[in-house]
Amino acid sequence: MVALAQTGRTGAAPPAATRRRRPQVRVGRSVTLLLAAIYFIGPLGVAFWFSIHDRLHGGVRFHEYTGVFSVPGLMDSFTLSLKLAAATIVILLVLLVPTMLLVQLRLPRFRPIMETLCLMPLVVPPVVLAAGIFAVLGSGPLTSGPLATIASDLQETSLPWILALEYVILTLPFSYRAIDAGMRSIDLATLVKAARNLGASWPTLTVRVLLPPLRTALLNAGFLAFALVLGEYTLATILQYTVFSVWIVTAGQTDGQLQTALSIMSLGVTWVLLIVIGLFAGSRKGRSRSIRRRKTA
Amino acid sequence: MQPMVDGSGLDTDPTRVGEVMEGSEVQPAADRNRWTSSQRRRRVPVAWLGLIPFLGYVGVFFLLPTGAVVWSAFRSSGSAGAPSSFTLANIRDALQGVYRTATINSIELSLLSAVIAVVLGVPLAWAVVTSKGRTFPGIVSTASAVLANFGGVPLAFLFIATVGTSGLLTTTLADHLHVNLKSDLGFDLYSFSGLVLVYLYFLIPLMVLVITPALEGLKPQWQEAAQNLGASRWQYWRLVAAPILAPSILGSLLLLFCSAFSAFATADALTSGAFAIVPLKIHAVLSGNVLAGQENLGYALALLMIVVVLPLTIAYQLLQQRTSKWLR
Repeated sequence: MVALAQTGRTGAAPPAATRRRRPQVRVGRSVTLLLAAIYFIGPLGVAFWFSIHDRLHGGVRFHEYTGVFSVPGLMDSFTLSLKLAAATIVILLVLLVPTMLLVQLRLPRFRPIMETLCLMPLVVPPVVLAAGIFAVLGSGPLTSGPLATIASDLQETSLPWILALEYVILTLPFSYRAIDAGMRSIDLATLVKAARNLGASWPTLTVRVLLPPLRTALLNAGFLAFALVLGEYTLATILQYTVFSVWIVTAGQTDGQLQTALSIMSLGVTWVLLIVIGLFAGSRKGRSRSIRRRKTA
Repeated sequence: MQPMVDGSGLDTDPTRVGEVMEGSEVQPAADRNRWTSSQRRRRVPVAWLGLIPFLGYVGVFFLLPTGAVVWSAFRSSGSAGAPSSFTLANIRDALQGVYRTATINSIELSLLSAVIAVVLGVPLAWAVVTSKGRTFPGIVSTASAVLANFGGVPLAFLFIATVGTSGLLTTTLADHLHVNLKSDLGFDLYSFSGLVLVYLYFLIPLMVLVITPALEGLKPQWQEAAQNLGASRWQYWRLVAAPILAPSILGSLLLLFCSAFSAFATADALTSGAFAIVPLKIHAVLSGNVLAGQENLGYALALLMIVVVLPLTIAYQLLQQRTSKWLR
């Protein structure tokens, strides 16, 4: 399920064989790409036309795109999704970064367990997790007794913390890999030794030495979490919270054009986010490569 | 280690002086060792304590709900008169009637769309991998990541706008060519055939993403070596590339199956929860759309999903390890 763009391609692989490519292979490739383009761009293009086409008077109008802010209820659900995304990112980073630093620097033996724990949400489909949360929240100790108040606070409709807390679990596989890749690319142990030798305290060390080189990785993890929360539907709909995607499906049912416009926009926003992640990764790669070149020269 | 000899004695043996020197040098070092090792012994538990927040979090918000699913799957739904007890009835009911149909539908849908996605995804990935430049593969990989991981609800509406009841393509075909998608072509977006079409929209990109590293790992030298030995292009693909890619392709098939099997958002948005597949049935049961006394049936269905997905994911990981042996 988690398979993200392999950013920073080496670009060195197969093309050696392409030089003496026979024309029929080239035709085959073009046909493949053309068919794929029709299948993938087709529905997008048609849906876009559907969303701007004025059926009553004919012609084209961008009302669905320009008027999104004035649709009643839409902004509420969108704001809720944004709040959840912010909460998710904060909890995720506060929880994951110190733990991963600790494992990397002091408890390397724990690393396989940590990795397994972070990837485990992949084997439990979101709908199953939702069923589990449903069972836990409906169980005796959480419906009456001292824990009941906490449980009901977590399920507050204005900001359902339970969703943010569970979204952290859903994003774990993505964000673990993003941060892990960042940590592998720098020599944390040496940085720590150097900073400690120069007399840095642990808080100083963390803020001024460890976090700056991990900036990109943390940003990636944050963006991925943001994209996931913005599009998340399963947990929200089963636990009955009207987040952005749930609103598109339920309240948007009266206006097919609006639904389509919102769908295109949310795909677009996610795509832009991932492209930005790719650019960050690319620029960092370029920089470290130029440093290496300077070293060898 | 030599016992400490104090140098103030009458000892003049030169060899012993060396020993004394050595001894007196080693001693503080040993002391330091003892100090650091005792400190390390003291530190280890402290460092382990730092793992508590993370372990606690995963325990409460992941392992606890998952455990609750497994537990509830074997509990009868308690009422005022009869407290809940251990039972296999949920599991039995989950494999009967409409739930049996849902399970079969789910497996057929996932298997068919996964196989089609693998068959179509490999040539597409190859076409992308071998294309010139870096921009195009970059765009393809980010777009694939969006569709494969974050598609969900929007995908349903793209297809509703295109081939839904009042979709543009549907109406255009009906108005101009007098072809009805449903009655003439047997295509219904809100049913099995439609779900396959929409699932392929995120499964093919997923296939492109997971198979691309394997295709990039095929070294041109292997092809050159095969050619030098007189192999035709077909022989190279059949005898060299196929065996190397086989575990990777099989692994991808498992991953795609799991992805299709677990998918909820697209199907729910497309069919308003009406089509009988396992994830939608779980939702239906949880929202009370179930016979009295069968309230815990949803957890049995959820357990069924874990039972299907867990071994396949493990097999996928093993196959990935096997592949990575070749593709370093």
